[in-house]
Parts: sequence; structure tokens; C-alpha cells
Amino acid sequence: MANLNISIGKLKLKNPVMVASGTFGYAEEFSDFIDLKKLGAIVTKTITLRPRQGNAAPRTCETPAGLLNSIGLENPGVDKFIKDKLPVLKEYHVPIIVSIASERDPEEFVELTHRLDRIKEVAAIELNISCPNIREKKGKRLISQDALATHGLVKAVRKITNKTLITKLTPNVTDITEIALAAESAGSDGLALINTLAGMIIDIEKRRPKIAMASGGLSGPAIRPVAVRMVWEVHQKVKIPLIGMGGVSDTRSALEFFLAGATAVAVGTANFINPKTSVEIIAGIGKYLCKTNLKDIKALQNSLKING
Amino acid sequence: MPSNKLFQFKAKVIANKRVGKNYFHCIFSAHSLRQAVRPGQFVEIKVSAGPEPLLRRPFSIHRMKGANVEILYELVGKGTELLSQKGAGEYLDVIGPLGNGFTLPLTPYPLSLLVAGGMGVAPLVYLAEILKRSKILVLIGAQSKSGIICEKEFKDLGCSVKIATDDGSCGFRGKVTELLSNILVTMDCRPATIYACGPRPMLKAVAEIAQKENIPAQISLEEHMACGIGACLGCAVNTRAGYKRVCKDGPVFGAEEIIW
Repeated sequence: MANLNISIGKLKLKNPVMVASGTFGYAEEFSDFIDLKKLGAIVTKTITLRPRQGNAAPRTCETPAGLLNSIGLENPGVDKFIKDKLPVLKEYHVPIIVSIASERDPEEFVELTHRLDRIKEVAAIELNISCPNIREKKGKRLISQDALATHGLVKAVRKITNKTLITKLTPNVTDITEIALAAESAGSDGLALINTLAGMIIDIEKRRPKIAMASGGLSGPAIRPVAVRMVWEVHQKVKIPLIGMGGVSDTRSALEFFLAGATAVAVGTANFINPKTSVEIIAGIGKYLCKTNLKDIKALQNSLKING
Repeated sequence: MPSNKLFQFKAKVIANKRVGKNYFHCIFSAHSLRQAVRPGQFVEIKVSAGPEPLLRRPFSIHRMKGANVEILYELVGKGTELLSQKGAGEYLDVIGPLGNGFTLPLTPYPLSLLVAGGMGVAPLVYLAEILKRSKILVLIGAQSKSGIICEKEFKDLGCSVKIATDDGSCGFRGKVTELLSNILVTMDCRPATIYACGPRPMLKAVAEIAQKENIPAQISLEEHMACGIGACLGCAVNTRAGYKRVCKDGPVFGAEEIIW
């Protein structure tokens, strides 16, 4: 059996396959389909300080090999999350990474971290500074579209917690490596990339966008080559571990990310189609390593051959 | 909500035939769904092996016969077109039973009223089968005669059936909801509950009529879904208690819950 253990900051995972924020609910929705204990980690739906209703419907639309969404971070708020969701989540005995976001003021990240820092079941915190679907921020730049803002935010959070911090980046930038470097230098333990690509789809009969918020975030196999390229670019610039995501839907697509330099991968949209995707990938990676006589998943990380 | 274990399984197609101009009827084996399905619940089917189309497609459970599930569907796009090409012996990747289903009476009602618009008949046949110890009146509406299906299935179950078509090519000329209003005025025995499934404008009209007549109504909503299991929060419907998920909190709602 090849070694699948990996670490991100202080966080140690038994395998490098997680489920991406917003695609796995709070895990209970998947408990009939898979043995949740097998997952490397569970990243929760993003939590905000206050409860959020989410955006108007329709919120999703299928696209060629992809899914466009504008859910708008619907969530019960941090208090209810801690009271109702976390007690259920911790029963699965899998590291829980809590995704958090601010609505208006970046200070909310600090407040949220402060609340979560005291809870031992929270294995790590993912800073979602890249959600394209918050109404309050429409038209404004995302934190992760600005290297200075990213640096400032990560630094402020880093100051108040020793928990592992993962910063989730948007692909909707000119140069993602600048943002990655800013997060690394501010003390982020790992980077999650990529969040969804901004997109739009129009109904030509109704002459209306197909989702209520007009534009949304594109995910699924359609964006995989963009995600793999970004992981590869960032891997060459930073030293902290990368969690690759964007169209991870089977073992082969997961392996592309490891070869591009990722330490771990997260399954997102594929959870909606085949709820067993994540555990199938864990088994598939094991088989691939065995077949190629590799003893450790980390051996893939720098094995990409470029130019011959 | 009742506990509801979900299954993902390969289902063997037993038959998949055209039953109307644009309608298909598919039977597949589903041993894991046996005894677990309530009328109004649905399944999600992956119609292709690859990423095109990417998502599963939701289908109401039309009937259950032993371990066989039947669905009824209309050709509306790429997904249903691919499904219509599946022949007997081929396999489908199915998840179910999904959603809450209709709330059933503890003791049989004297009279139940079922209202269907077009393909909305799909879940109501199974409902009629379960309700059949009570008297059932079914109203089916469509644009024209060719859009009316399942009249015989309902009659075979002992239901009375009335038809409405927009063009008057069959039964009452006009909307099925106008027929509903007319019937409620002239009826001696009032229905204990109205169960409805169909396009959203029809369901809205049913909700208004039910409220005016003070009759409880349960409506089954149709919505595009990404996951079908309550995880993505994509199929949101605005209710008096905030946004709810059509796939998990529904698809059946009390008509008075919905903000149209």
C-alpha cells in the first residue's frame, strides 16, 4: 500500500482527497452513499457571521460540461453552525475544515476565526476570499483579486489563530501567482485553487440570463484545464501546499492536479453527479501508485516532464 | 420529515417506449427501492457516461410494480433525448428515492381531487394507486388532445377523469384550473384535499383557488436541479419560511407555503 498521508500546516490527513466547500452540504446529505470516515477532510459550506438566505432563484444552470451557480452563500450563520451542524460533523471522525467568508467588512473574517479558534473539532479554517456571488459585493473587487488586500486579510487572521489556515483563491485575475505569494507571505499554511470562474449564460428566447443574478461561477470539467494550469503556475512560485480543484471528477483528473504540483485535491461539482466520486478517487489513486511502483503520493508532485 | 434512506444503483431497463407524440414511458428494475417509495418522490438518472450532459435528470416516480420503477417523461432536451435511446437490457445510473412525497391521509378521504397539467400526470398515477380506497376525481389539462396522457391508467384505477384542453380538441375548452373552479362550484361533495402537479402558472392558479375555497392543497413543484439530494442549494423556492430546497424539502409543498 502506497503512503497517501499528507500535511498542510499542522493539519495531517490520511489521504489527499477532500470535498470542496459548497458541494457537500454539511456532509449528512452524503452519509447514505459513502463511508464518510474514508475522506481526507470535509470542507464545509461557507459560513458567515450572520445567517444568509442566499440569492434569488434560479440559482444554477447546466453548461457544456459545467455548472454555473449563484447560490449566494446561503448558510445558517456561525452560531447555528456551531450549535447544530458541527456536533453532527464531528461524529464522522474526519478532519473538518470550516470555510468562512465576510459579507460587508473583512473584519468579519477575524471575528469568525475568533469564534472557531476555540473549538477543537475545527481542524482548519479556509478563508473564502473568492466567492463571486455575494450581492453586497457585486461590482466590487474580491479580496483575492487584490494582492495587498489578500496579504492584509490573511495576516490579520493569522495573528489570532494557530489553526491551519487555507486561503481559497479566485481564477478571475491576471496573475494568480501574485495573489498566491501574497497569501503565503502573510502566513497562510496552504492555498485552495481554484474557486469558480465568473461566467454567464443567456436564454435567447427569453433574452434573459439563465440565472437570476445574471452572472455566476462556473465549475465542473469545463474549467479543469484552467485549474490545472493555475496549480502548475502557482506550484512553481510558492512553497506551501496546494489543494487543487476545478473539475476533479475521477481518478485521472485528480492525478492531473498532483502532477501539476498539488499536495491534495478537492472534489466539487462531481459530488452532485456521483456522490461516490471522492471515495472512488481515493481507491483509484492507491491503485495508480501501486501500478506505477510509487510508494508515496508526494512522489508525483515534482514528476511532471516539461519540454521532453 | 420521515426518514428516507437513499440508494445509488445500476438499474436495468426493461422497456422504454414512446407513448404519445413526445412522451416516453420507461420501466427499470430497482430492487433497492422496493417498499421504500412514497408517491410524489422522484429519482435522478445519469443518462450519459461522460460529462455531456453533466448533471443527472430528475423524474417523478410514475408507478411501482414489485421491484420495477416506471417513469414517464417528455422529450424536452438533450438529457431526455439520450434517455429515450436506451433500450431494454441497457443500464441506468439511478439515485433515489428522493424528496418528501405527498402527505397521505391516515384514513381514506371521502373524495380526493387530483389536478394535472401535461406531464404533471406522472406522479399522480402512483398517488391514485395508493389513494384508491377513496373516491378520486382527476382533472387533466393540456394544450390539445395529443398532450393528454394517462386517462386510461386513472380510469383503470377506478378514478373519474375530466379533461380540459386549451383548443377544445378534447373535453372542456380552456385551462384545467378553470375546469377546477367550475367543478368546485357545482360539486355536492367537497374534496378533502387537492393534489396537483404541472407547470408553475397552473400550480399558482390551483393554490389561489384552493385558498379561496378553503380546501387544503398539496402541489408538486418541478425545478432544474444540480444535485437532487439537498447539498447544492440550487433548486431554491421562496416560501413563507424563507428559501427551501425543492429536491429535499419538496418537491411537494403545501400550496399556502409558496410565495409565487
